Amino acid sequence: MSVVAMAHGHADPHHLHAAEHEGPAPKRIVTGFGFWIFLLSDIVMFSCFFATYGVLVGETNGGPSGAQLFDLKNVAIETALLLLSSFTCGMASIAADMRNNLWFQISMAVTALFGAGFLALEAIEFIDLVERGAGPSRSAFLSAFFSLVGCHGLHVSAGILWLLTMMAQVFAKGFRADIQRRILCFALFWHALDIIWVAVFSVVYLLGSAV
Amino acid sequence: MFGKLTLSAIPFDQPIPLISGGVVVLLIVAVLAWVVIKGHLPYLWNEWITSVDHKRIGVMYIFLAMLMLLRGFADALMMRGQQAVALHSDGYLPPEHYNQVFSAHGTIMIFFVAMPFVIGLMNLVVPLQLGVRDVAFPTLNSVGFWLTATGALLVNISLVVGEFARTGWLPYPPLSELNYSPGVGVDYYLWALQISGVGTLVAGVNLTTTVLKLRTKGMTLLRMPIFCWTTLASNLLIVAAFPILTATLAMLILDRYLGFHFFTNDGGGNVMMFMNLIWAWGHPEVYILVLPAFGVYSEVVPTFSGKPLFGYRSMVLATMAICVISFMVWLHHFFTMGAGPEVNAIFGIASMIIAVPTGVKIYNWLFTMYGGRVRFTSPMLWSLGFMVTFIIGGLTGVLVAVPPADFLLHNSLFLVAHFHNVIIGGVLFGAFAGYTYWFPKAFGFRLHEGWGKAAFWFWLVGFYVAFMPLYAAGFLGMTRRMQHYDVPEWRPWLLVAGVGAILILIGIVCQVTQLVVSIAQREKLRDRTGDPWDGRSLEWATASPPPVFNFAVMPDVTGEDAYWLIKAHAKQQGLEAKAPDYRDVEMPKNSPTGFVSAFFATIMGFALIWHIWWMVILGLVGAFATFVAFAWRDHDEYVIPAAEVERIDRTNIEERRGLVTIAGGA
Repeated sequence: MSVVAMAHGHADPHHLHAAEHEGPAPKRIVTGFGFWIFLLSDIVMFSCFFATYGVLVGETNGGPSGAQLFDLKNVAIETALLLLSSFTCGMASIAADMRNNLWFQISMAVTALFGAGFLALEAIEFIDLVERGAGPSRSAFLSAFFSLVGCHGLHVSAGILWLLTMMAQVFAKGFRADIQRRILCFALFWHALDIIWVAVFSVVYLLGSAV
Repeated sequence: MFGKLTLSAIPFDQPIPLISGGVVVLLIVAVLAWVVIKGHLPYLWNEWITSVDHKRIGVMYIFLAMLMLLRGFADALMMRGQQAVALHSDGYLPPEHYNQVFSAHGTIMIFFVAMPFVIGLMNLVVPLQLGVRDVAFPTLNSVGFWLTATGALLVNISLVVGEFARTGWLPYPPLSELNYSPGVGVDYYLWALQISGVGTLVAGVNLTTTVLKLRTKGMTLLRMPIFCWTTLASNLLIVAAFPILTATLAMLILDRYLGFHFFTNDGGGNVMMFMNLIWAWGHPEVYILVLPAFGVYSEVVPTFSGKPLFGYRSMVLATMAICVISFMVWLHHFFTMGAGPEVNAIFGIASMIIAVPTGVKIYNWLFTMYGGRVRFTSPMLWSLGFMVTFIIGGLTGVLVAVPPADFLLHNSLFLVAHFHNVIIGGVLFGAFAGYTYWFPKAFGFRLHEGWGKAAFWFWLVGFYVAFMPLYAAGFLGMTRRMQHYDVPEWRPWLLVAGVGAILILIGIVCQVTQLVVSIAQREKLRDRTGDPWDGRSLEWATASPPPVFNFAVMPDVTGEDAYWLIKAHAKQQGLEAKAPDYRDVEMPKNSPTGFVSAFFATIMGFALIWHIWWMVILGLVGAFATFVAFAWRDHDEYVIPAAEVERIDRTNIEERRGLVTIAGGA
């Protein structure tokens, strides 16, 4: 390789600085990289909702504040479910790498169950808040709260839908290269949701209950 | 059953939208009928609508932009006409209609002219310049285009079904909240932009990945043409800024649809939060548009000066500096918010700092021309016109970046003149330069030079006649968006501006004529070599139009100005010193995914605007079904055999043989 670099060194005044470039990356890298870029943009979107929440957290409009509303026990269970689902999602990735259909399906199903459990708890929390007169139109604080947490919830719902199609694809088509790439993207997505949840948990619930 | 939609949504009492809408519908029906009767439908479907070829998608983006330019310009003419006559009178446009016109004008020009134009150019050119066969995600690319088209369609539907926003091109609350805009106008705006915004984000992810991961062998980052660098910067900005727009508009949607309190006057909402969020997207957006245009100039100027670009590395640095600083100046759009002198001063200084890398670029282009043998073709004329015009626009920009001055000029016609100065002089001239420059690459024949030059001069003179008076009217205290006024001193300036708009109209007529004449005379304007301008980068190394696989053999890049080096080398050694090693080429298959998902997005968007909930669900289910159907495909690629690749390449090499003697001589 160094011979090649030397050969066209004289044509390139910057050859000392420019690392030799081997050409297009393999598909798996390209797909994963592109999906990372998408995830970054998704995280930027969440950051807007976080920023908005930060601005509006004190605007309770005479209504309840976070400290009066949040039930940390519920949130702790939600967090546990989501973190466990990330673990099983990791197991599914390993199973996919080893092309073990059975373990893949089991891990994915468990992941979906944990995700659904998380969503159920979140839904119960939301319904409870609305019934107590603390729905999103009560105050700007609650608007921001429902949007931020709800946006994460929507992502988890979409993730479960995607998860189910991945199970079906592997079931019907096996571990084809393109399906493997999709599994990679799904796993990235699911873990990214975890990261965002950690931020939601800390910023919204932990800080909110302390006030 | 149909939500808020009733027959009364169609404005039977307003002749202007009804007649213009009727004419457009008739035209569309006529074109469709012609396509079907002549039997072009299979061609259109197979070669264009379902195409995942980046060149075809680029062309469609640009076509959409040019169509929408006509629509947006019609709005501009109506506004200039209104203000020319509306002294002490109501003019011919009632206020609620006038307000829709200026809102639609801005929305269309930014989102459906400037954006698709630059994204189209990037799509068409960047993979060719990088020496690769396609973008990173070809099918997603098609989805992105069709979602953009969906947005444009929704905005135009609002012309005849319902109304458009009356809030300006950025729907500032509380005006855009339900209390003050109860109609569907703002909803049209919101959903059109949410849908096309997804398309833009997809394009951003796609092009960023393409530039960073797909470059051909030897194409290190610092050997990329500047257009690829500006594409990278612009798409990084898309990826970082468009989610902010999505989030902001989503909040406004929640306010309007579900009674949330993000930006409302009551309930603790914060109106200025909208300004901050929207401009945190909006200012980078300006650079998303203008950076690719800078890239075009950086390709055009060296080519027609016969010299390598002056200061390549400083150009890269300036591009990336603009990319970063563009995120740190958003507050200058509302100095009058009253954030205090310290905050205003910081943002004022940051805004002025952007002038530094931009100045570096201007000097680089000037020094590139210096000592060169400049050919004054029409792309070069657009570039020269840009340099003069953009400097004026940039200087007035530095002026309004001074907070005390801004307090006087805020929301005046001075501001309107300033941003038209940079967007027409910067983005649009660049788009036109790129359009003329790369047209032969896309279609295999050049555009007619005479008509092109005529278009340039009418546009340039028209621009100055139309917008310099607005600076003056702004100094005289005229605010923007006035449906009528009673200050006689403003009148002469507005009349002159009206004349300028007519000159620009003649320029646009010249451009349409140019296209028609060029198509008619295409055999005379034919370029068989693939390199009509004696170009320097890799897009000129392949045939025009390029084969679907772009390059028969992936180029091996050995330095900057990759194709120039190849030509110089070939001059010394002859073109076929070494017989290329042709291989089978795998290309992505056509896919209707983009078109079908846009179809469902249109249904969903329309249903959301009119609160037709069953139709929303239908659209959602359809979109999900499309996703699954796409995922279920068994074969997403087809193979072009090596023999076929060789045959196509041989033909091009034969055509090109004559050219080499010219190129090496420079």
